[in-house]
Amino acid sequence: MSNLSATLRSAGSAMGLAIAMGLVAFVVFGPLANLVIWAFAEQWFYPNQWPTRWGFEFWGRVFRPRAGAWESLWNSVSIAVATVGLSMALSVPAGYALARLALPARSLIMLIFLLPQAFPSLPIFVNIAAIFYNFGLNGTLFGVVLVHSLPGLVYAVWIATAAFSAVDRSMEEAARNLGAGPLRTFRDITLPQAFPGLMAASIFVFLDSIDEFTGTYFVGAPDIATLPILMFNASMGGNYQIAAITALILLIPSVGFMLVIERFLKADVLSRIGR
Amino acid sequence: MGTEALSLEGVSIRLGKTLVLDRISLEVPAGSFTCLLGPSGCGKTTLLRSIAGFAPLAAGDIKVGGNSIATLAPEARQTAMVFQSYALWPHMSVAGNLTYPLKLRGLPKAEREKRANAILSLLGLEGYGPRAVTSLSGGQRQRVALGRALIIDPPLLLLDEPLSNLDASIRRSLRGELRRLQQKVGITTIMVTHDQDEALAMADRIVLMRDGQIVQVAGPEDLYSAPADLGAAQFLGVDNVLAVAPDDPAAQGATLVGFRTEDARVFTDDMEHPDAPALARKGKVTTCAYAGGGYQVGIDVAGESLSACSARPVSPGDDALLSVPASMLMSFDANTRLLQGIRH
Repeated sequence: MSNLSATLRSAGSAMGLAIAMGLVAFVVFGPLANLVIWAFAEQWFYPNQWPTRWGFEFWGRVFRPRAGAWESLWNSVSIAVATVGLSMALSVPAGYALARLALPARSLIMLIFLLPQAFPSLPIFVNIAAIFYNFGLNGTLFGVVLVHSLPGLVYAVWIATAAFSAVDRSMEEAARNLGAGPLRTFRDITLPQAFPGLMAASIFVFLDSIDEFTGTYFVGAPDIATLPILMFNASMGGNYQIAAITALILLIPSVGFMLVIERFLKADVLSRIGR
Repeated sequence: MGTEALSLEGVSIRLGKTLVLDRISLEVPAGSFTCLLGPSGCGKTTLLRSIAGFAPLAAGDIKVGGNSIATLAPEARQTAMVFQSYALWPHMSVAGNLTYPLKLRGLPKAEREKRANAILSLLGLEGYGPRAVTSLSGGQRQRVALGRALIIDPPLLLLDEPLSNLDASIRRSLRGELRRLQQKVGITTIMVTHDQDEALAMADRIVLMRDGQIVQVAGPEDLYSAPADLGAAQFLGVDNVLAVAPDDPAAQGATLVGFRTEDARVFTDDMEHPDAPALARKGKVTTCAYAGGGYQVGIDVAGESLSACSARPVSPGDDALLSVPASMLMSFDANTRLLQGIRH
């Protein structure tokens, strides 16, 4: 009897688990599934539950030379790479300096660094656009890279600081002691130790930039079209197919880099963020 | 390069407003093994780091073989240091760690490998070259760190508590090993430690430090039997201190006497008392604990708790006599300076 009830109970809990997992899967993958359906739907009108015609017609349309998808993809990727380059060029020295700073001063600077993130981004971007207008940066790739570097730098500096704090100072001292100058020590000892963290920072900046919409819209549009801008225009025009296909293309770098993150981001680096 | 003598002349180091080291002067003969001994916070590690160039001097000079190194950058000093955490570089192999200093000095690859192999066999780590340093045990890491320091053939070897991160048994065997190695290589060595046993067992000379100053410089036997003052004595295991009574066999003018627990005996009424001149106090047994080979007895003498040894167990509450041979007493004056040490 007790055996039976135990079996029933375990069957019940297994059922509960299955339902819970199903709900989670629906919340996580539901929108994605909808996206995939839209990407391959050629005809889908209310009140039909499913598309009435499937196919690759819109894919052909998106990748037609004059449709702008290739150009936006190229823009998105090159802006993201340049943003990573700029952010890391600034955050490697900044992160190292912060990591070696005494603690109260460090916390204050890190907090100030977070401040721009605390403001609503829209007014900031509107003002940036106004300022960039004076310098002729609106509608240029460089202007967009600068705007993307604003949130990018926050990630980069925070993670780089964590990565450099994780490097045992005595390892650097051992190198100095045995005859390496400060720069040589940084190159041979500090940088290889911090590399996984810096890699993670680059990935975050890249993903943030690939995905960025508001800043690009205010500073870049209409001259610079990135994939998110293309997607926005398509959605606003009711071209759900094109928006869905663009979104799927955006998934490729994101998923790819997530896989790389998983490999590079060690728990001990993450745990030091903000310390 | 050959080993060199080290001399510190009035070295002072300031950290913010506190004076961490106060006019330290010390001569370290070439080829000697010197221990900087003291409680934590006494400035011994700072002194070692200042020799390596990691703690800027507020005043004074540091000379190696007669040449001042006080203003040189750490990388120009050629003082090889072994860090407490070993500070091995985990992204390099054992051989990579050992040869990196040679690479910095522009030695060709074949020569680097030859030297690394020679060091590995000196340390009893043959064949460990390609291993990852993270796969080594604590004792092996310690030896690789030592090898990495010795490979540059430095004039001076600096050891910062090199054995403190190891298990007690490994520590004891490495003590002897390190000492033999130092004598074999003949290198001037300065080791920081807070462990008096380690200092006594390894050093030619011990520099006892307290509050940023040198209290005493002496050989292990002299330091053990005649510490400069009461504080030094207490740091070196003199755990019983008493006011002098008229009949005590203490030195002329002594106000305090001190002795180590292992030199004192406890006798109860049914035991035979010694005849030799001794300090004697009557008291009550408070505790008795087996200490391997004998018993350690706590005894209350007119409100003072003292401790002594006994061959047989005694019961708490018993009346007992505590006795210390006169030769094992240390006498201190009113300023806690040593008047007379242990006489062997």
